[in-house]
Amino acid sequence: MSNDVTANTPDISLAEGGAGLVRDWSADKEVFPVPWGKGMMWIFLLSDTFIFTCFLTAYMNVRVSASDAWPNTSEVFSLNIAGHDIPLILIAIMTFILISSSGTMAMAVNYGYRKDRKRTAALMFVTAIFGASFVGMQVFEWSKLIEEGVRPWSNPMGAEQFGSCFFMITGFHGLHVSLGVIYLLVIARNVHRGDYDETNSYHVVEIAGLYWHFVDLVWVFIFAFFYLW
Amino acid sequence: MGQIKSDEVSSQESSQHPLGLYFAVWGLLFVLSAFSYTVDYMQIQGEMRWALIIIFMILKAGFIVWFFMHMKWERLVLSTAILLPPLVLGVFIWLMNIEGNSTYDLRMKYYDIEKTVPYSHHKSDH
Repeated sequence: MSNDVTANTPDISLAEGGAGLVRDWSADKEVFPVPWGKGMMWIFLLSDTFIFTCFLTAYMNVRVSASDAWPNTSEVFSLNIAGHDIPLILIAIMTFILISSSGTMAMAVNYGYRKDRKRTAALMFVTAIFGASFVGMQVFEWSKLIEEGVRPWSNPMGAEQFGSCFFMITGFHGLHVSLGVIYLLVIARNVHRGDYDETNSYHVVEIAGLYWHFVDLVWVFIFAFFYLW
Repeated sequence: MGQIKSDEVSSQESSQHPLGLYFAVWGLLFVLSAFSYTVDYMQIQGEMRWALIIIFMILKAGFIVWFFMHMKWERLVLSTAILLPPLVLGVFIWLMNIEGNSTYDLRMKYYDIEKTVPYSHHKSDH
């Protein structure tokens, strides 16, 4: 109903800048001129931002207050490849994989709006594969650290708080990636089946994309603050 | 009916984004990630390290939100509703930083620790 108002009065809904902001909030119509699913996804992501910030802030707090030296992440996460210790190499590969998956997801959204069913589904599938391989590497990383004696309450490299921060932050992010892979596969199947053609609702792909890009976004902060700092 | 109309509007807007733009942003994110990794690989330390890490992080986050998450094309009413609330987190981070430093000072004062030392030197004391 309120959408009809929007459609009939483009002069109000299309006002730009500060005036448009005031009109959107005060006019007798819905505030956010986007499909409701997209608005709700944004609000979910906003709440998720607060959760991840709580994790990273807790990490900052215990790291600042730790009396033991913090483990050198550059060494802890190095891998021995062909006789050389390469610092952080696995984390770097994971970062590039996640960025690649964000790229393929952005393309999927674009092809979705062009109603290219096959390409959209294929690109979403590739995105899910990238995501699954990311989780696979994380499993490898976890088992390597657990083998080296890293526990949530202690570790042989330094401050005890390192373990709990590592498992909580990367674990919660890995959970997001895992759920995202399932989410993407479900939507990709629907796209492939042509579910969104009749109702012209390819914004569903964009909403899935928002979630996926957010997972990549969170990794940018984890990479900077946890692994590089 | 109203729903379909608004979907058509958004599909028309979004399909106008050229693929080249996505490739450009994608490439930039790759380059910035490579720079971040280089900071660690070259073992740049101190304030220079933190400054570079933060700059590359903010640029990457900005590109993702602005182009990949389409914030550039959203109306001001949505982008302000989503991007302004996280600013209060700055206050939270600031307070927790003060709190953490104060805890550290207390530990230094009341624990039998002279100062932060590498774990290997420290272990034999226990």
